[in-house]
Amino acid sequence: MRSYPADYELVAPGSLETVLRLLSEEPGQWTPIAGGTEIMVLYGAGKLTARKFVSIWNLPELREINEDGESLAIGGGCTFTQLRRHAGIQRHFPLLAQCASWTGSIANQNRGTLAGNLANASPAADSPPALFAYDAEIEIVSVRGTRRIPYTEFHLGYKKTALAADELIRAIHLPKRFHQSFRYARKVGARNAQAISKICMAATGSLRKCRVEEIRIGIGSVAPAPLRASVTEGILLGEKINDVTIAEARRTLLSEMTPIDDIRSTAEYRKLVAANLLEEMLRAFAASETAG
Amino acid sequence: MNGRDFTLRVNGAECTVCVPAMARLLDVLRHELQLTGVKEGCGEGECGSCSVIMNGELVNSCLVPIAQAAGASVLTIEGIGESARLHPVQKAFLECGGAQCGICTPGMILATVHLLERKPHPSYDEIREGLNGNLCRCTGYMRIFEAVAKAAESVAQRSPAE
Repeated sequence: MRSYPADYELVAPGSLETVLRLLSEEPGQWTPIAGGTEIMVLYGAGKLTARKFVSIWNLPELREINEDGESLAIGGGCTFTQLRRHAGIQRHFPLLAQCASWTGSIANQNRGTLAGNLANASPAADSPPALFAYDAEIEIVSVRGTRRIPYTEFHLGYKKTALAADELIRAIHLPKRFHQSFRYARKVGARNAQAISKICMAATGSLRKCRVEEIRIGIGSVAPAPLRASVTEGILLGEKINDVTIAEARRTLLSEMTPIDDIRSTAEYRKLVAANLLEEMLRAFAASETAG
Repeated sequence: MNGRDFTLRVNGAECTVCVPAMARLLDVLRHELQLTGVKEGCGEGECGSCSVIMNGELVNSCLVPIAQAAGASVLTIEGIGESARLHPVQKAFLECGGAQCGICTPGMILATVHLLERKPHPSYDEIREGLNGNLCRCTGYMRIFEAVAKAAESVAQRSPAE
């Protein structure tokens, strides 16, 4: 049942450069491990099939949060605790700080990393909806160099990502243009603390003369990968938010989601609750212009 | 087998263990160092029985491979206080009846120490959040929360500069 530690190999080279060289020299042989909040669970249960691991925990290059006038760059190895405590994230990207606070317990937030949450690619992860809402870009690094892709191009399917075997997530970049935006986030789980989401939604948007000028909606646990609800966004752009457009948006969202029945919830429940959250968000969004 | 030497500081004392790199910090503490105050509950990071403080942060030792604890400072319940000289948090748990079967207690106390280091005067919600990864199977939560509030008072009295 339990894993036998001597069956596994784990190296900790201590620098990003050395890790990348190892990943490049033996592609597909080594699995990166950061805070272990996913991999060590499988290990403890005797279900960890990979055998060779390279530690990227605490690599200094991956633990920095850098900020300039235009954007904020979060090193992939930053923990959820770091996200919650960072003044720039609290100020400019409060949805991300909030989603970080929903991720596991304090002890898990002290070890779980943002890049780990993305690379593990669980459809139920709590940080992806906020990253969709903030139009994040992912900086990917390997010995071949770095490349940046929109976060919308990162998830390719169930637990499939755009990362090649020799690549790591170096940083997550967020543009600082949302502090005037309407924002919304809500998680629905079995209990408040330490529950994996049944549904998690985050959104940002702006209105001009009561019409939707911009909107970004991210949802977890309703598709094989975290979902950016771009079709639903598309039918809302340029429209006024009223009972008619809300009904249309609900219908569109239902066609855009492909939730499943699992241990935490049912597909039917997820569809209904996601549409309800969408409506709750849109009504608050419509009220935000008159309020502001 | 493929054991290697790893050196870490546990409760202030440097120690070296020879174990496979993937060995869990939890097992190293219990089996190699005989620090059996750290308990195994779920073994998957949900229950907090195996909580320790590593480099100042609360972690589940069941999810830490020893190679990632090399060079780290680890604090277990054995480093918090002794029977003859209890830590104020331990005293508060005793006085408030914040311990029943005792399996969750070391983790609860470490989570409380970690919380009070950051928030010396926690609100009720902050206490609940600080201990949200520590499950008590006897469901003695009310007395545990009372103990944390009482501990906050006595810790504040002990260090008025805070």
